[in-house]
Amino acid sequence: MAVGLFIPCYIDQFYPDVAIATLEILERHGLEVAYPASQTCCGQPMANSGCVDDARPLAVRFLELFGDYEYVVAPSGSCVSMVKHHYEDHVSGLAGFQELKDKTYELCEFMTDVLCVETIDARFPYRVGLHESCHGLRELRMGKSSEVAGPNFSKTRRLLEMVEEIELCDLQRPDECCGFGGTFAINEEAVSCLMGLDRLADHEQAGTQVITATDMSCLMHLGGLISRQKKPIHMLHIAQILAGGRLPGEHH
Amino acid sequence: MNTTAENHSSKAGVFVSDSDKAHWHDSALWFVREKRDKQVNDVPEWEKLREAASAIKTHTVAQLDQYLQMFEQKATALGAKVHWAQNAREHNEIVHSILKNHGAQRVVKSKSMLTEECHLNPYLEQQGIDVVDTDLGERIVQLRKESPSHIVLPAIHIKKEEVGDLFHQHLGTDEGATDPSYLTEAARNHLREKFLAADAGITGVNFAIAETGGIVVCTNEGNADLGVTLPRLHIACMGIEKLIPRTKDLAVFLRLLARSATGQPITTYTSHFHGPQDDSELHIILLDNGRTSLRDQSDYQEALHCIRCGACMNTCPVYRRSGGHSYGTTVPGPIGSVLNPVSDSATHNSLPFACSLCGSCTDVCPIKIPLHHQLFTLRDQIRRNGNLALTKRIAMFLTGRILGSASLFRVVGRMGRWVMRGFPWLFHNRFNLWWKQRDMPPAPKQSFGAWYSANRKEKHR
Ligand code: SF4
Repeated sequence: MAVGLFIPCYIDQFYPDVAIATLEILERHGLEVAYPASQTCCGQPMANSGCVDDARPLAVRFLELFGDYEYVVAPSGSCVSMVKHHYEDHVSGLAGFQELKDKTYELCEFMTDVLCVETIDARFPYRVGLHESCHGLRELRMGKSSEVAGPNFSKTRRLLEMVEEIELCDLQRPDECCGFGGTFAINEEAVSCLMGLDRLADHEQAGTQVITATDMSCLMHLGGLISRQKKPIHMLHIAQILAGGRLPGEHH
Repeated sequence: MNTTAENHSSKAGVFVSDSDKAHWHDSALWFVREKRDKQVNDVPEWEKLREAASAIKTHTVAQLDQYLQMFEQKATALGAKVHWAQNAREHNEIVHSILKNHGAQRVVKSKSMLTEECHLNPYLEQQGIDVVDTDLGERIVQLRKESPSHIVLPAIHIKKEEVGDLFHQHLGTDEGATDPSYLTEAARNHLREKFLAADAGITGVNFAIAETGGIVVCTNEGNADLGVTLPRLHIACMGIEKLIPRTKDLAVFLRLLARSATGQPITTYTSHFHGPQDDSELHIILLDNGRTSLRDQSDYQEALHCIRCGACMNTCPVYRRSGGHSYGTTVPGPIGSVLNPVSDSATHNSLPFACSLCGSCTDVCPIKIPLHHQLFTLRDQIRRNGNLALTKRIAMFLTGRILGSASLFRVVGRMGRWVMRGFPWLFHNRFNLWWKQRDMPPAPKQSFGAWYSANRKEKHR
């Protein structure tokens, strides 16, 4: 099974460990993984800001680079939902787009839906607070959002529960937005930061030691606040936990 | 107040700066959201109801002309007088002329966002007519000479201490009194006098039924009923989108409305008016005011399905922390951030950006209006209308160019991280809004791309 690995631009630049963890998870499942070197970004920053025309070339490039793989996997619900929901206007006429939409997966949903993972060889003896990143939750429907009626489920939580010795914390507001929102973090700086601080307070009351999420962008925002406030909470992308990663400073 | 082009974020910044108040406001609305969740989880067919409501609205809007005609015919046959208003000015003039014909000087009004939209109160006051809002929340904001900050909970931004001061000043309650039941009792007595003296009652309309010509008004305080049964003149003001085809459609909408709005299974009073009461007149004003044009814009048409339950406000993490007045519009929050820029994108260009695109509004909306998708689309529309700041357009053009070339992206990324490591202070300044409350992300020596070509060479292409 040939998998094309898409690494969001800011993960490539700021969080290479998250990308390496993603690659390792896929390789461990015996998949043939390739990282097309000329990839950059899904185009979301521009599309999000109303500059859809500036995002178009990136959508075309994404289709060119990834159209031939059997699956495309990315450690980001947000970028995947960009491909699935916002590429339509740009590349809907081009060959291979409908297939691309169907075969592009966020890492966790790829693990649960395609690889049908039932066990995970990882141990993580901490109290972990799961931040349900909005786009994975409400765009990709990787879990039931608290607004919608019906039976509860969460693909990310299910995977985390397979990790040995992990303890998942209960939040008062299980899926409230962290306030990152792309350019929103700058446009609406005051509200964005208050939203983030409120999320942190919820994790603190729940006794969270490590916050994890499917999107590193949420964690970049929350982590920036934590580091400024010198709070004793760590941030790890879910790929790092599922790959058997440790906290910085801890020995293998 | 619909008069400001001021940026949402600057007004939100002021609201947030009083973080105690912002948190109090957030909790008050989250409490309503949780009440709603509890009710919703008790209705196993909730998602089916939402789908049914959306389908009924889509059907009605597609045949709006026919249903409006049917409604006019039936309502007229029941003895009501139906009026048509193209815009807010016509609407207000019609109300005034009806009042004038009856020599009505004192008017009691129950909650109606449509009359807020038309700025009916100031208009009537200018004509020398005394208008009193009889919904408790609306009366509070009226006495404060403010506009509602929420469409269902107009005074949600006001603390009970502030209400105590206001009532002490206007209604003569004891100084410093804050007990809600004492204050409510005072308001009740004050309003009772107004009801008894009124010459006419004005109400909004929650639903108008095409097949019968009847209208339905939902309140919790019973003020609409009192306001239209004591005086002999009832003027009901409605947008043309309030129509539903059949009485039985109420079975869908009434179940959705109160649960979504306040977490109640049903509103305390659901009043049905089929023609005027004995010795009375019933006038129904049907207002367009941009609704037909909204119907013709396929990207935003569904916003016309809104039943004004306010759930999208209660759930919106931005609304809860920035307050309704930060939107500068009659209808704030997610639905207001769609409706207002669609009709005037120059004035309201900041509203679609006052949103983190979390999608909670879309999931909470009882009519399944794709609010956050509409807000996303609106951003591009605002740019195409020339209402996006030039600096943002240039920034995004440049970002697009850099990301458009893999080699340029790598070079800029490497240089950027080098600068971040070597000269962190360059980023520590007040022009960097990220840095104001947040530290910068790490700037590792090696990007993933570089790591990959060093460690997985054979696959590199
Ligand atoms: S858009 Fe939906 S949630 Fe918001 S007020 Fe209208 S009906 Fe209620």
